[in-house]
Amino acid sequence: MSAHTTELVVFILLFAIVSGMGFVAARWRRPNDLASLNEWGLGGRSFGSWITWFLIGGDLYTAYTFVAVPALVFSSGALGFYALPYTVVVYPLVFLVLARMWSVSHVHGFVTPADFVRARFGSPTLALVIAITGLVATMPYIALQLVGIEAVLKAMGITGHLPIIIAFAILAAYTYQSGLRAPALIAFVKDSLIYIVILAAVIYIPAKLGGWSSIFDAAAEKFAATPNPNDGILLTANNQLQYVTLAFGSALALFLYPHSLTGVLASKNRNVIKRNMSALPAYSLVLGLIALLGFMAIAAGTKPITAGGKADSNTIVPVLLDQMFPDWFTGVAYAAIGIGALVPAAIMSIAAANLFTRNIYREYINKNATDSQEASVSKIVSLVVKVGAVLCILLLDPQFSIDLQLIGGVIILQTLPSVALGLYTRWFHKGGLIAGWAAGLAAGMWMLYLIPNPANGKQHFGGSAFGLQNLGFDTTMTIYAGFLALIVNLAVAAVGTLIFRAAKVADGQDATKRGDYFADEGDPDVKDLDLAGSH
Amino acid sequence: MTTGEPGQQRTDRSPWNWLLVVPIALPLLTFLYNGDEPRLFGWPLFYWLQVAFIVVGVTTTTIVYRMTK
Repeated sequence: MSAHTTELVVFILLFAIVSGMGFVAARWRRPNDLASLNEWGLGGRSFGSWITWFLIGGDLYTAYTFVAVPALVFSSGALGFYALPYTVVVYPLVFLVLARMWSVSHVHGFVTPADFVRARFGSPTLALVIAITGLVATMPYIALQLVGIEAVLKAMGITGHLPIIIAFAILAAYTYQSGLRAPALIAFVKDSLIYIVILAAVIYIPAKLGGWSSIFDAAAEKFAATPNPNDGILLTANNQLQYVTLAFGSALALFLYPHSLTGVLASKNRNVIKRNMSALPAYSLVLGLIALLGFMAIAAGTKPITAGGKADSNTIVPVLLDQMFPDWFTGVAYAAIGIGALVPAAIMSIAAANLFTRNIYREYINKNATDSQEASVSKIVSLVVKVGAVLCILLLDPQFSIDLQLIGGVIILQTLPSVALGLYTRWFHKGGLIAGWAAGLAAGMWMLYLIPNPANGKQHFGGSAFGLQNLGFDTTMTIYAGFLALIVNLAVAAVGTLIFRAAKVADGQDATKRGDYFADEGDPDVKDLDLAGSH
Repeated sequence: MTTGEPGQQRTDRSPWNWLLVVPIALPLLTFLYNGDEPRLFGWPLFYWLQVAFIVVGVTTTTIVYRMTK
């Protein structure tokens, strides 16, 4: 414990500063009244390019990403680098889509993706399905942020759950008070620290390890010695399809997560979003460099911390940083990861709370909810969500959250036809969309169930690489289960739409107009947020 | 379908949008980069070329943004 005193002091100091900022954030860009979801849940919908860049960057590139991606590169090699093409592909992919989502949401006062689906397809049932899918996909993601903090605490020799509980209690308190303004303000600190740490790491560590060449060579040597034919510093014939579909499928899924859209809807106009689509890849560069920390750990001979006989591969990066850097800087790096968990956890809990408030509370419990009632419900639900996340980690095996997050990525993809394609076409029948969603979900779960993980001896839910031989193909190639599930979903949605049309089953009313999808700041529709318009 | 503002039909269509296909397609073509040689600053092709795709992504989205503003 004493060996880590300096690290701990720096960590606690930075953590305390950030917590203070979280509470002060309530006064930042202060509105007349915080008691509405537009203010508490979306920060006043007025964030400019810089704030949006830090906010979305801080939201998407989470602490869990920072520990899990290099851990995957450490254990599997090239496959773990999928995070880079994933975050290169995503921005041009959603460039036009998000601008449309922003416009229609501002005209109609939508706060969640399910709000949009409700109005577009005139179906409360479909909206409920989208909302619940979003909630189920987001919850384990919040729990995983705790895994990120825990990895750092373990590396500092701290065991027990009390520190995690304290950290989340503070987070819950300032999110309750300040809403989205808190993570928006903290994101500045989080991202600055991350950039400093990574810049230092990629200059300093390779110099200590004899240069980049020897780092890659050490990794190649390690993978050559393992019996697994699919690891290595390059892709193999078997996992190329998996690499590509995982990168593409994850890119499709990213902005379907309710918390990603929260950051987008909080921006003040379409240009802020488009400008950010060209600026956010700066984070992808950082992520690529972070991924390579996995190889540096191989070259440095880093061993993950073992607890209860099981090696925790998520501790690879914290242990590597501890080996390489002087104590005070390791403390800064740990704080960067710890604070990196707080920003997304706050935004995710706000997004989950908004989903509950708008699509369950307002739809089924209190149809005439006022703005301030909505804000109060959301604030309370954001607390409940965080307590739930802590309980998940305390009571269940953390592996359960990791499995759930894996499943979450597959199921959130199943909202793509309603949410993303819905921005472009009203062709699908609401019944077809629900049938497609159910079929995609079932197919996805079935595939995930069949995937074993030989590395830790799990029979089911052992990863996302689905072997095509399960479908009768004579091959050892694998594909991303979520991608295949989405294809099933789309096919069923299309066939279902044709059947429902032929059977003349009534379709819902579309409450949106074509012009709504291109509206921008300054338009009469947009200035006056018509919250009743979504119903 | 009707438009919100009579006389001025807004749209997000533009031939420039096709440029966005480039950064979406490039990173998904593994045969372009799944090799070790040539190395750059000690980085195998697989790693430095994929990092270079970030530049392609930034450039194309910036062009599309400016041209369709």
